[in-house]
Amino acid sequence: MPSPRYWREVPSRYRLEAVRCRGCGKVSFPARRICPKCRGQDFEQIALSRRGNVVTSTVIHVPPDEFLNEAPYAVALVETPEGARLMTQVVDCDPDTVLPGMEVTLEFRLIRKEGHGGIRCYGHKGVPVA
Amino acid sequence: MREVAVVAAGMTRFGELWESSLRDLFAEAAAEALHNANADHVDDIFIGNMSGGQFVGQEHLGPLMADQLGMSGVSATRVESACASGGAALRQGFMAVASGMSDLVLATGVEKMTDGADVTNVLASAADQENEVYHGITFPGLYAMIARAYMEAHGATEEDLAWVAVKNHRHGAMNPKAQFRREIDVDDVLRSTMVASPLRMLHCSPVSDGAAAVLLCPLDQAAKYTDKPVKIIGSGMATGPMALADRDDPAVLDSVAKSAARAYEMAGVSPESVQVAEVHDCFSIAEVCCIEALGLACAGEGGQAARGGVTALGGRIPVNTSGGLKSKGHPVGATGVAQAIEIFEQLRGEAGDRQVDGARVGLTQNMGGSGASSVVHIFEGV
Repeated sequence: MPSPRYWREVPSRYRLEAVRCRGCGKVSFPARRICPKCRGQDFEQIALSRRGNVVTSTVIHVPPDEFLNEAPYAVALVETPEGARLMTQVVDCDPDTVLPGMEVTLEFRLIRKEGHGGIRCYGHKGVPVA
Repeated sequence: MREVAVVAAGMTRFGELWESSLRDLFAEAAAEALHNANADHVDDIFIGNMSGGQFVGQEHLGPLMADQLGMSGVSATRVESACASGGAALRQGFMAVASGMSDLVLATGVEKMTDGADVTNVLASAADQENEVYHGITFPGLYAMIARAYMEAHGATEEDLAWVAVKNHRHGAMNPKAQFRREIDVDDVLRSTMVASPLRMLHCSPVSDGAAAVLLCPLDQAAKYTDKPVKIIGSGMATGPMALADRDDPAVLDSVAKSAARAYEMAGVSPESVQVAEVHDCFSIAEVCCIEALGLACAGEGGQAARGGVTALGGRIPVNTSGGLKSKGHPVGATGVAQAIEIFEQLRGEAGDRQVDGARVGLTQNMGGSGASSVVHIFEGV
C-alpha cells in the first residue's frame, strides 16, 4: 500500500471523525464527498462518541493471515449514539459473549501489521462496558 | 427490444480441477456451447470473472479467451461484479442481443480458484476493504453477521439454516457436474468446524474451479441453432450499500429485492409464476434471505422453507435443483452462468432425476459481495 494512505486515514481511524449532512442530517462514517441519502455535499464535521451498542456480530474462527494469531476473535457492527455504524473487533472478553445489544466503549488499539515491514495500523476496538 | 433466446449451453464439471487452467476451463465450456448449437462464429463474447488477476495473475481476459477459442478478432470483454460476475456477463449478452447490436453472443463465466492464491483474501476484496476487511472480517464473517441479525429478528435456528445445506446436497448428489455428489444430514452440518459463528463449514459453499457458457440469439433466429430455445423474458440488476454497516437492516438484501422487481416487471410475471429457481446460496443464510427478497417466501418464513420441504424437489417452489453453490460448487465468476444452464435444462425437460415436472418459468439470482450487487433473470420455455 502506498504511504499516503496512512495519513489520509488518520481522521477516521485515529479520531473517529464523521460528517453530518447539513441537508438531511445523515451521519456518514468515515467522511464521504457525497451524502448517500440526499446527495448533498455540504457537511458538518463531528467526532463520534467513543461508545455504542452491538447491532450484530460473529466470532471469526478461520481468519485472514494477518489475524492468524488472534483467532478466535469477535467482530461486531457497533452503532454509536450519533447513528453511525462501524465494523470493529470486540476484545478483552470471551468472544462468544459478544451479542446484539451489548454495550461497548471504543478504544484506540493496534489493529494489524501490514507488509514485509510490519507497518503498524491503528484504529478502534470495542470493549464491553463492565 | 428484440426477444432473446438461450439456444445452447456448455459447462465443465465444478470442483478442484487440477488438470485444467483458467483458459482450459473457458475453452472447454465455450466450445461445448458452440458445438451444441453447431455455430462456427459469434458476434460478441462476455466473460464473467471475479478475479483472474488475484487468483492466477491474469487480467485482460477478453482477447485471451477469444484467442483460445480460435476467434481472435471478435469483440470480447471481461465483466466483473464479484460473485455476480457471471450473472452480469449474461445480462450484458442479453442486452447486446436485445438491442440489435449482436445476433449471436457467447455469455460465459470462469474462475480458477485452486492454483494457490490466498482465497480468503481474494474473496474479501469483494467487501469494503477500508472499513470492513481492515478490521479482520472475512466473507463467511459478513454472512455470519447477516445470519445472526436474521436469527435475532425471526427466531430462526442454526438447525434451520443447516437444512438449506442438507437440501442442496440432496439435489447436488443427482448432478453429474457437481463438486460434492453426496448427501449430508443435519448432524453433519452442526458437527462441522466452526468458521464464523454461527456459520460452520457445511453452511459454506466450497472453493471451486469451473466454467459455464451459454449462446444467445434473437428468438426469431433460434431455429438455426436448436429446436428447443428458452426465452429470457426478464433481466434486472441492482446495487446496495457495499458495507454491511451502511444497510438499514443487515438481514435484508435490498439489492436482491430491487433486481427481482425489475426482472419481474420486464417479464410481466409475479413470484407465484416461478416454478423453479437457482438462488445464490454462497452461505446457507444467503438462500434464506434471497428467497424472501425474491418473493418466493414471505418475510421471516425463509428460514423454515428448506426444513419444511417447500424449496426441495417436489415442494411448492424447488430452489437450487442443481445443488446450488453449496453442493455443485462456486467458481465465483462462473456461478451466474451455471445457474442459467440449470434453468435452461429444466425448462427443456432435460434435468434428469432433478427435473421439476412441467416447469415453464424459471428464475436465476446471482449475488456479489455480501449482497452489494444482485442480478436476476427470468426464463420461459418455448
